[in-house]
Amino acid sequence: MQLTVWTYEGPPHVGAMRVATGMQDMHYVLHAPQGDTYADLLFTMIERRKERPPVTYTTFQARDLGADTAELFQTAAREAYERFAPQAMIVGASCTAELIQDDPGGLARALDLPVPTIPLELPSYSKKENWGAAETFYQIVRHLAGANAPEPDHEPPARDAQARWTCNLLGPTALGFRHRDDIIEVTRLLAEIGVDVNVVAPMGATPADIARLGEADFNVVLYPEIAHVTATWLKRTFRQPMTTVVPIGVGATREFIAEVGEITGIDVAPLLDDERSRLPWYSRSIDSTYLTGKRVFIFGDATHALATARAAEEEMGFKVVGLGTYSREFARDVRAAAKQYGVEALITDDYLDVEEAIMAVQPELVLGTQMERHIAKRLGIGCAVISAPVHVQDYPARYAPQMGFEGANVLFDTWVHPLVMGLEEHLLGMFRDDFEFNDEQGPSHHGHLAARAAIETPAANSNETGVVVAEPVVAADAATNEPGWTEDAEEELKKIPFFVRGKARRNTEKFAVEQGLATITLETLYDAKAHFGR
Amino acid sequence: MTALISNPPAAPVQGCSERTVLRERGQREVFCGLTGIIWLHRKIQDAFFLIVGSRTCAHLMQSAAGVMIFAEPRFGTAIIEERDLAGLADANEELDRVVERLLERRPDIKLLFLVGSCPSEVIKLDLSRAAERLAQAHAPDVRVLNYSGSGIETTFTEGEDACLAALVPDLPQAEADATPSLLVVGALADVVEDQFARLFAQLGIDDVAFLPARKADAMPAVGPDTRFLLAQPFLTQTAQALARRGATHIPAPFPLGAEGTTAWLKAAADLFGIDAQRFETATAAPAARARKALARYREELAGKRVFFFPDSQLEVPLARFLNGELDMAPIEVGTPYLNKKIVGDDLAALPEDALVSEGQDVDRQLDRCHAARPDITVCGLGLANPLEVEGLTTKWSIELVFTPIQGYEQAGDLAELFARPLVRRTRLEV
Ligand code: SF4
Repeated sequence: MQLTVWTYEGPPHVGAMRVATGMQDMHYVLHAPQGDTYADLLFTMIERRKERPPVTYTTFQARDLGADTAELFQTAAREAYERFAPQAMIVGASCTAELIQDDPGGLARALDLPVPTIPLELPSYSKKENWGAAETFYQIVRHLAGANAPEPDHEPPARDAQARWTCNLLGPTALGFRHRDDIIEVTRLLAEIGVDVNVVAPMGATPADIARLGEADFNVVLYPEIAHVTATWLKRTFRQPMTTVVPIGVGATREFIAEVGEITGIDVAPLLDDERSRLPWYSRSIDSTYLTGKRVFIFGDATHALATARAAEEEMGFKVVGLGTYSREFARDVRAAAKQYGVEALITDDYLDVEEAIMAVQPELVLGTQMERHIAKRLGIGCAVISAPVHVQDYPARYAPQMGFEGANVLFDTWVHPLVMGLEEHLLGMFRDDFEFNDEQGPSHHGHLAARAAIETPAANSNETGVVVAEPVVAADAATNEPGWTEDAEEELKKIPFFVRGKARRNTEKFAVEQGLATITLETLYDAKAHFGR
Repeated sequence: MTALISNPPAAPVQGCSERTVLRERGQREVFCGLTGIIWLHRKIQDAFFLIVGSRTCAHLMQSAAGVMIFAEPRFGTAIIEERDLAGLADANEELDRVVERLLERRPDIKLLFLVGSCPSEVIKLDLSRAAERLAQAHAPDVRVLNYSGSGIETTFTEGEDACLAALVPDLPQAEADATPSLLVVGALADVVEDQFARLFAQLGIDDVAFLPARKADAMPAVGPDTRFLLAQPFLTQTAQALARRGATHIPAPFPLGAEGTTAWLKAAADLFGIDAQRFETATAAPAARARKALARYREELAGKRVFFFPDSQLEVPLARFLNGELDMAPIEVGTPYLNKKIVGDDLAALPEDALVSEGQDVDRQLDRCHAARPDITVCGLGLANPLEVEGLTTKWSIELVFTPIQGYEQAGDLAELFARPLVRRTRLEV
């Protein structure tokens, strides 16, 4: 048993819902109790979808158990077919139905419905949402596209050299982070290269579309968490090459273009030479100097965390001080990347671990999910959202892709926004005593008072993790051998802007311990500053 | 499913004596009882609700409580994993370990509820025995109780009912001094509770307590001299548990709007022998304020047709209020469960042509809603936006549970909740 307050991922059947809801003319019959219908609101309220998810829940009750839950399922499936007339159905169990072992797949087969009915086995007690989405997508593709698969030893005919190249975009689902806009951006980019999109799936695809996935020349894997398994199967079955670079950030987008060039033999040099994104120039513009070495903590799904870390270091000039993911399936990739940035990867789905890690490194910026946004808000640290799970405000009305050159523009704007601007930062440092520059003041362009007090007083739940900035003025504590601060040193510390104060305090204390000093004076403070530099 | 219903919607079942009630059994689009924790964990300030369930349960709580993520909540889910399913002995040990760690981390917790879910019920994890065991282990600092909020047994607000019913046997015994005391039952917003406490004091009913109390050690005593008023209509089990402790239910309409509140207070006042003059003195001013607040909205809302999807069991009293005090016309009043003993007065006041339905078959109900094209539809979060897209104005029913709506001073606010979506539609030009 694992104690959980907030989770990064829902159960695997929610992943299946994301696939079904993204598709057209697909219906999902889910053997589940009534409370599980909450999942509808994720789509209608958080993503603001205009239709109910295409999901029929059997909503069995205690009195049905042992009696007629199987019949209930069959009735629900039959009626769902009659009412919604889908091209295909997926059927499965939620966590509770898994325990009563009604075998939705077998029950649906017995109904002999005139459309493909695809059974899903999603183990709720060991797997999670993204795995569920990946498995569901794979099963749908295997059933529907698999019917058109060539014989294993069949030699495909040589492609018509005149025909335009085509690919499938794989991975976008309902409730994805910016999937809606990434599809548009990547489709445009491919069109410029000279590649047409055959099918986007699951988002927007009908079962009939899925059946013709094999017609494309290759596959673009937009979100490996969801599409990697399917793309690998398609590669094996239809000999379709697949892309491996996710085009988030300028560098990755260029690599993605080069990869498509390699697969297709199209000359992509002109496109690579053409500076499409404003990010490279904006980053070089001298006003961005203040971004240099900004300490950033990154957490999200593996795809977005990895891409974010790369863009943060290589394209913004930040320093990655923490990198982690809740996608255990991709832990190895994230560990490798973290090593490259000289940090230890945080692989966890416990948000308290993440909170602890953030407090330990005291970053100046957090790039994470809605969970990290709340943590950062509590700690008074700037934050931008880079990955699911996200809340309603992260489904913006405007076009805001993460991928491609426009996506890179969005990254630049979004990540810079929470930071205090360069000159403003200097003024804050120079005139700490200005009453309007108090610590409750957030970046001026935010127009409201960001709650800075939190960093000074540890949140109720963070006592044991010890927020260093929160300690009151103390004399040397003989018992613990921790150096104490003199009053004027403490006063001086307060003149340092809040967003680096925690680090300054920690460094100074570390320095004092190293030097064997019992008391931190003004002198010690500046000695430490000289020692650590910045 | 619908095949089990012997009666098509066109021909509602004839109720035993009075009104016809359409009983449906099909897909229900309602939360399970776990959801009650979202307000209960704020109401009882030193209680912690530990759900013993699945990732789905944790995800439900997070999705339904999404807006409250800022403060560390006093609830959590012990997620059952594959290895727990292997053997029950393990699951119990695991639970003990989780509770141990939790209480270490949260020494402020004085009352721990182990809350059962569908998975814990289906694998027959005996939470009442676990609660006994843990209560012994952590006595006297922490009391441990259990109830089920599972979706196979409870619908949305029935979770609060189950929670309060679990509290009742644990309440102190009231001394048998033969002077009756008043107990108000059902979680209310603190501000509403304070208003009612003042009103009862002005009426001269001094011995008044509320269940649940805000602190675990302040839970009221109960006994044969206890008379109780329900502040919420969904407390069937709790009422029975109180009756078993010898307490007597005071039947009353629910305190929504000016008239509802007056009738509710009057039921208690009569029982406590408060004379009419004193009642008038205590209630005249706030009742007049409430009527004045409502008059403004009556102009906007009168004649508007309202359709309720089942959600909180508040539907019948709400429909009574909208009809009786704002002249709105209820077309269908759906409720997950209709307890005529409890909502009888409100039910009797509904107009004859309002269809009362119990249970749900969501697709059929949507068909009826589409056909009726009501002016305002009260429904859950999963249905609201899709209905808005079709041009139907909606009111999220969950807001009616999360907002202070009871009592005189909230009468206007309650009306406003229905007026706002309608006004919004008329304002928007795009
Ligand atoms: S319906 Fe059952 S399984 Fe679903 S969230 Fe509620 S208690 Fe958990």
